[in-house]
Amino acid sequence: MMPELGKYAVEVVSAYGVSLLLLAALVGLTLYRGKYARAALRTAEREVKTDS
Amino acid sequence: MSIWSYANPVKFLALSARVQPALWGAAALCVSVGLIWGFFGTPDDARQGSTVKIIYLHVPAALMAINAWFMMLVASLIWLIRRHHVSALAAKAAAPVGAIMTLIALFTGAVWGQPMWGTWWAWDPRLTSFLILFLFYLGYIALWEAVEDPDTAADLTSVLCLVGSVFAVLSRYAVNFWSQGLHQGTSVPVATGGRTVADVFFYPLVVSMLGFGLLFIALVFYRTGTEISLRRAAALRARADRGL
Amino acid sequence: MRALLLRDLRLALRAGGGFGLALAFFLIVVVLVPFSVGPQTALLSVIAPGILWLGALLACLLSLDRLLALDFEDGTLDLMVTAPLPLEAALSVKALAHWLTTGLPLVLVAPVLGLMLNFAPGGYVWLVASLALGTPALSVIGTFGAALTVGIKRGGLLLSLLVLPLYVPTLIFGAEAARRGAAGLDATTPLLLLAGITLATIACMPFASATVLRMGLR
Repeated sequence: MMPELGKYAVEVVSAYGVSLLLLAALVGLTLYRGKYARAALRTAEREVKTDS
Repeated sequence: MSIWSYANPVKFLALSARVQPALWGAAALCVSVGLIWGFFGTPDDARQGSTVKIIYLHVPAALMAINAWFMMLVASLIWLIRRHHVSALAAKAAAPVGAIMTLIALFTGAVWGQPMWGTWWAWDPRLTSFLILFLFYLGYIALWEAVEDPDTAADLTSVLCLVGSVFAVLSRYAVNFWSQGLHQGTSVPVATGGRTVADVFFYPLVVSMLGFGLLFIALVFYRTGTEISLRRAAALRARADRGL
Repeated sequence: MRALLLRDLRLALRAGGGFGLALAFFLIVVVLVPFSVGPQTALLSVIAPGILWLGALLACLLSLDRLLALDFEDGTLDLMVTAPLPLEAALSVKALAHWLTTGLPLVLVAPVLGLMLNFAPGGYVWLVASLALGTPALSVIGTFGAALTVGIKRGGLLLSLLVLPLYVPTLIFGAEAARRGAAGLDATTPLLLLAGITLATIACMPFASATVLRMGLR
């Protein structure tokens, strides 16, 4: 299944590994921060409704 | 209805909600297809061996690193001229994405060159220019974080983006000039202007580039929504604190 | 305008005004280099142009903090913004004062420090020329950075992060000119490019600096 990477296996695997890791971290943090922000907004809007 | 109607945060969020599922789906599809096809389905290069597979990461990331900054530049101009908050927040949202793209481009570029140069980093003009671009991204993000008032932050970062763009272009030429003295001449083995990439490598590359582009757009839409939410929540809290 | 210039010069030259600091820092950097790379004269001779340029650049950077921060704190900046003198002119004058009290002394002291680093004897003219042409750009670009961070508390580190990438073209051409001069080659090309950068930044940066200063003070 794995292609014959030959003598450059370390380079190729590390390139893919780090890149995918960085992308996953970016998407993960984005979604985490986004969920938190949207929840905070909902709370704030709810408080405004209950105040008025 | 012109495109300017999306400067309205509510309309923007509505548009964002409509397009995001498709964007994320298409992005995931293209990135996976591009990378899997490229990694498993293409042969090795005669000279570079299996390291040519890095092209499917490096070129799309490098492309988006530049495009992200360009998008920030346009968004900054729109903010400075038309004062649309969505635009300013979109630039803010795009910056970390661009920075990560630059980081990926740097890492893959350095690793790709390792077999050729024998070191894990070389002061190749293209890599060096991307390193400088990364510093510009860091400065831009840091400035957003450092200024308290959001509108002032938007103003200052917009001008920084403008000035930074000029100096980034200037640095590109300066770095090219500077690297002549190294007598190295070999740059990252990427498809530069004259040299063409063989078809068998080209198609998965295009898919991957498309995927990275879609991913960027999806991320910016979502992140801009996050920024809008944060701004709105802060504004509501401020009003509540003032007793309104 | 002259009054502003004289005022800034007087403030800088006063005790505690920071005039000697940049020079002292330049000296310290140059002294530390042999400790970090070893005392072999051949090696020092090779890296001398770069070290001198880097030291001058860092010394300039160090003094940017005080450029606008003190005026901001005592309210002078607000006066400057609302004065009849155009803000662009005022900031140009401040940049000039900065250069006169920081850049110019560095230019004059550089040959002496070059001796310590075994700078090639034939290259001194190119070294001084490159520094003389390049340090004004550093002052003007630095003023932009200072204006950008004027309201930010403890913005010194941020100032460095923002300004250093902007310094890269100036550093590249300046150090290259010094290097070629030291090697006995003709350094006209980098010198001309350096002069181009300096002239362009002197002409354009004050407008950007004034813009961000007004934004930051709002």
